[in-house]
Amino acid sequence: MEKIAFDQLQEELYYEKLANGLDVYILPKKGFNKTYATFTTKYGSIDNHFMPFGKQEFVKVPDGIAHFLEHKLFEKADGDVFQQFSRQGASANAFTSFTRTAYLFSSTSNVERNLETLIDFVQDPYFTEKTVEKEKGIIGQEITMYDDNPDWRLYFGVIENMYQNHPVKIDIAGTIESISHITKDMLYECYETFYHPSNMLLFVVGAIEPEAIMNQIKSNQEKKDYTAKPEIQRRFGQEIEESAKKKQVLQMNVQTPKCLVGIKSPPSTLTGSEMLKQELSVNILLDILFGKSSDHYTELYNEGLIDDSFSYDYTQEQGFGFAIVGGDTPDPEKLGEKLTAMLLDAKQGSIINEDNLERARKKKIGGFLRSINSPEFIANQFTRYAFNEMDLFDVVPMLEKITVKDVQESAGSIIDEKRFTICQVVPKNK
Amino acid sequence: MGVISEAIKDMKGYKLHIVKSDKYKTNTMVWKMKAPLSKESVTKRALLPYVLQSSTANYPSTAALRSYLDDLYGASMFVDVSKKGEYQIISISVEVANEKFLSDQTPLLKKGLELLAEIIKNPLIKNNAFDGETVEKEKRTLKQRIHSVNDDKMRYSSFRLVQEMCSGEPYALHANGELDQVDDISEVSLFEYYQKAFAEDELDLYVIGDVSPEEVETTAASLFEFADRVPQDSNSLDGVRREEKVVKEEQDVKQGKLNIGYRTHIKYGDPDYYALQVFNGIFGGFSHSKLFHNVREKASLAYYVASRLESHKGLMMVMSGIEFKNFELAVNIIKEQMDAMRSGDFTDEEIEQTKAVIENQMLETLDTARGMVEILYHNVVSKINVPLDQWMKGMQESTKDDIIAVANKVNLDTIYFLTGMEAGE
Repeated sequence: MEKIAFDQLQEELYYEKLANGLDVYILPKKGFNKTYATFTTKYGSIDNHFMPFGKQEFVKVPDGIAHFLEHKLFEKADGDVFQQFSRQGASANAFTSFTRTAYLFSSTSNVERNLETLIDFVQDPYFTEKTVEKEKGIIGQEITMYDDNPDWRLYFGVIENMYQNHPVKIDIAGTIESISHITKDMLYECYETFYHPSNMLLFVVGAIEPEAIMNQIKSNQEKKDYTAKPEIQRRFGQEIEESAKKKQVLQMNVQTPKCLVGIKSPPSTLTGSEMLKQELSVNILLDILFGKSSDHYTELYNEGLIDDSFSYDYTQEQGFGFAIVGGDTPDPEKLGEKLTAMLLDAKQGSIINEDNLERARKKKIGGFLRSINSPEFIANQFTRYAFNEMDLFDVVPMLEKITVKDVQESAGSIIDEKRFTICQVVPKNK
Repeated sequence: MGVISEAIKDMKGYKLHIVKSDKYKTNTMVWKMKAPLSKESVTKRALLPYVLQSSTANYPSTAALRSYLDDLYGASMFVDVSKKGEYQIISISVEVANEKFLSDQTPLLKKGLELLAEIIKNPLIKNNAFDGETVEKEKRTLKQRIHSVNDDKMRYSSFRLVQEMCSGEPYALHANGELDQVDDISEVSLFEYYQKAFAEDELDLYVIGDVSPEEVETTAASLFEFADRVPQDSNSLDGVRREEKVVKEEQDVKQGKLNIGYRTHIKYGDPDYYALQVFNGIFGGFSHSKLFHNVREKASLAYYVASRLESHKGLMMVMSGIEFKNFELAVNIIKEQMDAMRSGDFTDEEIEQTKAVIENQMLETLDTARGMVEILYHNVVSKINVPLDQWMKGMQESTKDDIIAVANKVNLDTIYFLTGMEAGE
């Protein structure tokens, strides 16, 4: 077991790669009541075209299957795992994103038993035709719930606009139609391909003793027979550089219109610290442009074009990425035009100077300290970073290194009108 | 077990609550102001903190104030207006990095408290009025905030249930205030209300983090000083038992939202409040509860179905999203679960499981500074000081008979259903 100390943050991280390929990270948190653990596979909604384990040909699986599998893993022959966790005083959950499926629990007692339950339930699938059919009703209601949620439709609408082929454009939960095709055999095929320990990461953070926890995880894994397996082959299709659709207007039962402007990232092969630098530089750029202390924010707010719902964000993963800005607005056309103009104007970089970089840097460092109060943030973000060969604990040192030139360069590379797109939600015509 | 110790000091016009803990990288300050909910003041209270956080005399624009926050290592500052029972509570929170984790040793806690004082005590004023432009901008945003409830159908249906169920009671008011009152507020009338609120509200300051209590007390004493006051009571009435009321509303939606309101006739601090917590947990509070198990897992009718308590008003709310045609079926299953609770049809294992999960939830909440403030603030609202270990003990000691007694005290008041335009009945 390797120990990595972060002196300035007063944190210590323990790491070991087990014989079967599983990456295990342990971070003791002094003074906390709770322990939080995530068991995550690098398998999300975008992994819908792949070479199944032990097969010779690529298959395409129905939209929403990764999320469906996440739901079904909780059910066993003798009932559902939620019951077992709550008997042990824990609360359990799971989520599926574009690139990951994570299973988690938090508890303030019986940590060892809960950890055993977490690992064992994820590593012991039980799918039957009957339980698969039953789940279609439940997930159908989950999909319908999101269909009525304008913010959800808006966010996924702007991403859908950007991509022509990449599966990031597909709804994570799929559609009622697409999930109707899911069978138990498909679930097993996905499971066998993506849930091998070598494709997974276990993170435990909280009131724990690292040695003991690591030994427990090791002895759990040694009892299970995982043969070494080849690399997973995935296909994402050829993607165009520009946004596939310039604009989409969704008519919904709302009173207040909404508008998001999206920028699709240019094709990138960055990983590791280069990727981290890029991600932080673009986030600093957005802070300088649209943070509450910025001139742009002041102008938009004073004109009544934005309110508390205004936000901005940049996400980069391997193979796709985007910056998204916007929120509720009485005039979605005008907000879209203004945001577009402000972004294009920032491309040549003169808006970025030492003063606003320094302010954004301090804001980000303080924000990071606030975030690492949260065991959930640490486990989830650490995992996301690790899957992209980045290190969460490099964030502060990297922030300290970023220069005006770095931010200007990222403005130059990410801002390009052909990769812009707009999505609006407007009240339905009565 | 990490039960915390809260030091409470009587200061001039307010109480100072300090919880010393070294588990955070930041220090958190929360300013709370409490007054009875009333139609007369609800909208002004909903607007006031947003005006205060927009500008101050020394930082006369949002950009100036926010630049200063950024410079303080991204100090976060936000305001919130909420309801606890029949009180409307304004919260102003400031969170700063603890400088021991920074290479720069600026005393951020002191700066944070000074900033809080600046926001509260030194607003941008001219001739006994707030800055007109700031008030107009924040009125516009408040209207948007009130409107936005209509666009989130989960929030909308929860609000509509309360409106129907508690009509005629102050609790029916929304914490965001009333749309038709916004325009009548002026920079003069809001400033008058500001003075009244600081003269009459119950005021509390919470400081949480790795702090020196003596230093916090000295700093707070020098920065905050108000006239003594006797806080006003809300005269909250317990709703009378009546026939079940069913309200159906049609809108252009894809999923039906079913919200059911019960009167528990039990409030925070009452002797059977502990058993009520366990009752709610067995009935619908968690993913092992009867509602989740029967409505979702067995009947496959819903993705979410849960119950939650309003501890200071004595209400329990069930919420779920279902297909329009399943209304009767879902209501029947939910009623069957309540009948099971009343007749004691639940096992000792369900009781133990629920107690374990409630205790876990409480301890987890204490791991976040803001969660800790919310838990401790229950004592202010209820005027009963229940130490946390007593809370845990009371909850753990509640028996099956206590839980059955609670179940028989609870009565269904109103069923609200938001359904589609061509509802298939």
